[in-house]
Amino acid sequence: MSKTFDEINQKIREGRAVVVTAEEIIDVAREKGAKEAAKMVDVVTTATFGPMCSSGAFINFGHSDPPIKMRKVWLNNVPAYTGIAAVDAYLGATEMSEDRGLDYGGGHVIEDLIAGKQVKLKAIGFPTDCYPLDEIETCITLNDVNQAYLYNSRNAYQNYFVATNSSDRTIYTYMGTLLPKLANATYCSAGQLSPLLKDPYLRTIGIGTKIFLGGAQGFVSFEGTQFNTEKERTENGVPTTAAACLALSGDLKDMTTRYIKAASIHNYGISLFVGVGIPIPVLDEDMIEHLSLSDEEICVDIYDYGVARRSRPNLGRVNYKELKSGKIKIGGKIASTAPLSSYARAKEIAEVLKGWIQKGDFELSAPVASLPKHKKPTTLEVRSKVGGSCD
Amino acid sequence: MTKKKVVLTFPAENIEQPITYRLVKDFDLILNILRAEIHEEETGRMVLELEGPDKAIEDGIAYLKDQGVDVTEAARDIELDIDECVSCGFCTAVCRPRALQLDDETRELNFIKENCILCGLCVKACPLGIIKVKF
Repeated sequence: MSKTFDEINQKIREGRAVVVTAEEIIDVAREKGAKEAAKMVDVVTTATFGPMCSSGAFINFGHSDPPIKMRKVWLNNVPAYTGIAAVDAYLGATEMSEDRGLDYGGGHVIEDLIAGKQVKLKAIGFPTDCYPLDEIETCITLNDVNQAYLYNSRNAYQNYFVATNSSDRTIYTYMGTLLPKLANATYCSAGQLSPLLKDPYLRTIGIGTKIFLGGAQGFVSFEGTQFNTEKERTENGVPTTAAACLALSGDLKDMTTRYIKAASIHNYGISLFVGVGIPIPVLDEDMIEHLSLSDEEICVDIYDYGVARRSRPNLGRVNYKELKSGKIKIGGKIASTAPLSSYARAKEIAEVLKGWIQKGDFELSAPVASLPKHKKPTTLEVRSKVGGSCD
Repeated sequence: MTKKKVVLTFPAENIEQPITYRLVKDFDLILNILRAEIHEEETGRMVLELEGPDKAIEDGIAYLKDQGVDVTEAARDIELDIDECVSCGFCTAVCRPRALQLDDETRELNFIKENCILCGLCVKACPLGIIKVKF
């Protein structure tokens, strides 16, 4: 038994496609078996809603009269990068405001734009014959700009880590506040709902895959930065640490603040909660094996963030059911667990995407190119002293 | 025996008074000081759990008010804007008494006020800035 993207899309157009969420497929597969489940179900919707630092937006402001070639740009006092054409800029989610520090940054500007709020644009120019203006200040809204689209270089991680802290002081990390002496542990994945955990070898997700992004339809643009297929996997094929990831893009003008939210992580920095949903076609029986994996069958490794080195000590392995119970054992000690990624919101996204497909508003797109089959990131080796040259 | 958690705000002129000693000695209350601090503006603040018969707690609170101490029920002082909450879980990582926890079924955040000791750690931990301690 096998189905193609085209056959599934035909069913979607005719309103006959059977769509379930990545949570619902677990019970369907248990009750009916893989063979029957593969025959019955056409699409499984996966989702995640967590802080994703490698996010940001390209914006084209349009041309003023007289025109300006923007050399430096600020949005609500948050610097954006404008080393591209005259009135294009890239606003990174983690960029900090120059007057409000960690309370406001790029992520907040993106959220404010989506919310339809006025944003203060300030730019310094580099006057030339065709771009005479040297400075500009005005207020803009999302409606005023030509394009504003998210281009996120690393989202939707396939699994992540459990973070804990063995040191004797509280530390503040991108994994939240970690209390001393292994008192707590945080994790950041939607587990059984998470997109790349349900298609661990990326059979159906590639460049060009149409997705749910921030409440709009978006796309997989490329492999995510630090993409890694070579991490250790458990017998069921699931990597036990952060492995593959995706570069995503989508139109900010179609998004909603329910699924894109700025985050200020205490004593660490600014990030952006991004809601991502990916539909996975049930092409054959083999896919059910991964699609039906439950929290109990998805494992993740625990790392000690109390050691601020590139290689942190590995303190063991747990599954997501254990993590969700609120307590895990780390080396004989009981640590309280807490998520950083909202399972509740992920579940909602999986339901919304399911609704779109059932209504015929969203068809699946086969990848135009696969993501790399074997790839692992390199490291940065420091070869010269600060202030030294590369000769 | 009843337990009651209160937040006491001491005016500057009262900071020197041994008020908790009086509560024990004259009203026979069992006290558990959960938090105490003196602020720059020279007011003192204490989160206190009182334990004893209802009448003794009532009389003790009346005495505090006589002394010019402002008394409010502790749990009223934490405000969580639940409509804005995304149930991420960041706050649950620092909530030792488990006043903030995710529902087993829905995975949505619950705030169980009676467990809260007003430590304030959740205020900073919330990435959306929607938890506020009001004194």
